[in-house]
Amino acid sequence: MKLRFNRKQLCIPYAAFLILFVIAPLFVILYYAFTNGEGQFTFDNLVSFFSSTNTIGTLIYSFALAITTTAVCIVIAYPTAYILARSNFKKKYVLLLLFIMPMWINFTLRITALKEILTAIEGNIAAYPFLNSVIGMTYDFLPFMILPLYTSLLKLDKNLMEAAQDLGASKIRVFLRVTLPLSVPGIISGITMVLLPSMTNYVVLDMLYNSTYIMGSLIGSYFNAYDWNNGSMISLILLVIIFFVTLITNRFSDKDDNGGREVIL
Amino acid sequence: MKKIAPAIWLCIVLCFIYIPILMLAVYSFTDATIVGEGINAFSFENYINLFANEELRDMILGTITLALASATIATILGTLGAIGGFYSKKLPKNLLHTANQIPVVNADIVTGFSVCVLLIVLLGVNKDTFVPLGAGHVVLCAPFVYLSVMPKLKQMDNNLYEAALDLGATPAQALFKVVLPQLIPGILSGFMLAITLSLDDYFITTYTKPSTFDTISTYVFNATKGGQTEIKTALWALSTLIFLIVVAVVIVMNITSSKRKKEAANAQI
Repeated sequence: MKLRFNRKQLCIPYAAFLILFVIAPLFVILYYAFTNGEGQFTFDNLVSFFSSTNTIGTLIYSFALAITTTAVCIVIAYPTAYILARSNFKKKYVLLLLFIMPMWINFTLRITALKEILTAIEGNIAAYPFLNSVIGMTYDFLPFMILPLYTSLLKLDKNLMEAAQDLGASKIRVFLRVTLPLSVPGIISGITMVLLPSMTNYVVLDMLYNSTYIMGSLIGSYFNAYDWNNGSMISLILLVIIFFVTLITNRFSDKDDNGGREVIL
Repeated sequence: MKKIAPAIWLCIVLCFIYIPILMLAVYSFTDATIVGEGINAFSFENYINLFANEELRDMILGTITLALASATIATILGTLGAIGGFYSKKLPKNLLHTANQIPVVNADIVTGFSVCVLLIVLLGVNKDTFVPLGAGHVVLCAPFVYLSVMPKLKQMDNNLYEAALDLGATPAQALFKVVLPQLIPGILSGFMLAITLSLDDYFITTYTKPSTFDTISTYVFNATKGGQTEIKTALWALSTLIFLIVVAVVIVMNITSSKRKKEAANAQI
């Protein structure tokens, strides 16, 4: 048998797979979001989301939690990545591994560990829901912030900083005017890795006894209630948020960058 | 002082990262049921329970099987997709790349929910067939395999394929004997990444899984709601075991691939 094929055709199975399980579901979401239980076209799901103080509150709480978490992650991860990338230590790669290794442990187990410690420290962890949720999210997502920051700081040309210093800039000025702007792609990539998951990962909240809803909890509760229409509407709203975040971040990020999820192996 | 400050900072961050995991590890070897309380006696009870309890054993094996199966399918699909996409014309290539990016930037919960709505709600596929769960996990993993293989294709010397054809190889032979071997590092790291993503997933699993099936993530989440102490402390043992496995894998990888890691730290993310 003569096997005649074109290299291009190799992508057909994957293209078909993407159409079937990635593109098609999005259209189904769109359809369900704008229909009611009887399959009639309606804006009710959209209107009810934006007219209920509960759901708007959830949206605001999600943003507050996500932005706080992202900020805390940057504050912890930036100096860490900076020190690691700058160190003269020969095997700094091993040091980096020490900081990102936890991401290979199942996150529910890591949150369990954190919960036990927080309980030992605080007693009743339900008393500090927002604080504990931020700690939990930070604990979960910190490696995803350190990794892109480390890579972008490692790529920086040391000569630029030295040049700035030789030209009379103070250390602080060098950092603010040279290092920081050049590491923006890393920061942006880290933000995309942390911001969206912390708007949706209600597992962390639930496990730490924070009963306040975030956007993800809404989908979870509609799923449990078999309310596919409202669930789809929440998904659609999240998709729109994701779309705009991606649009903004694409302007700053490296072209060949694909997010901190790419694990070094 | 200047030299100590960075080291102190790194230590503080490491403490934040490791104290919970290590405390849990210590307590997993005791008979204590609450972390922080006094330790009376050391015991392997938790580890025995972990493997003696049928429910726990099934859950662990199920998680591993699912991860291996979906990572394998994702690796085949993603690798073929990357090769085909790389040699395609600009428009189909860009379309494929964009479609591939969707699950990467999308929230897992939206991916899981949308696959659930399409397959289970609209098409009425039976959850118990594992088809929705498998499809969901492959959607999660395959795009990252694609992204791991693509850079290797770009780095590859294209003349080698042409040379193989000139020397009489069929396109299939040239592909399998010349192109594919050069992609192996990318394929392997894509496969490993796929496994870790599948192992860690909660949201896609919970919306597509058969009701009697559990992975570590869904099981742990539900177990924290129930009050069974025996299960709770057995999960401490599981956490410790996974931690030890991760440490072992990282050490082995570091020793065996010292060459590749340098390249990876510089070029890959």
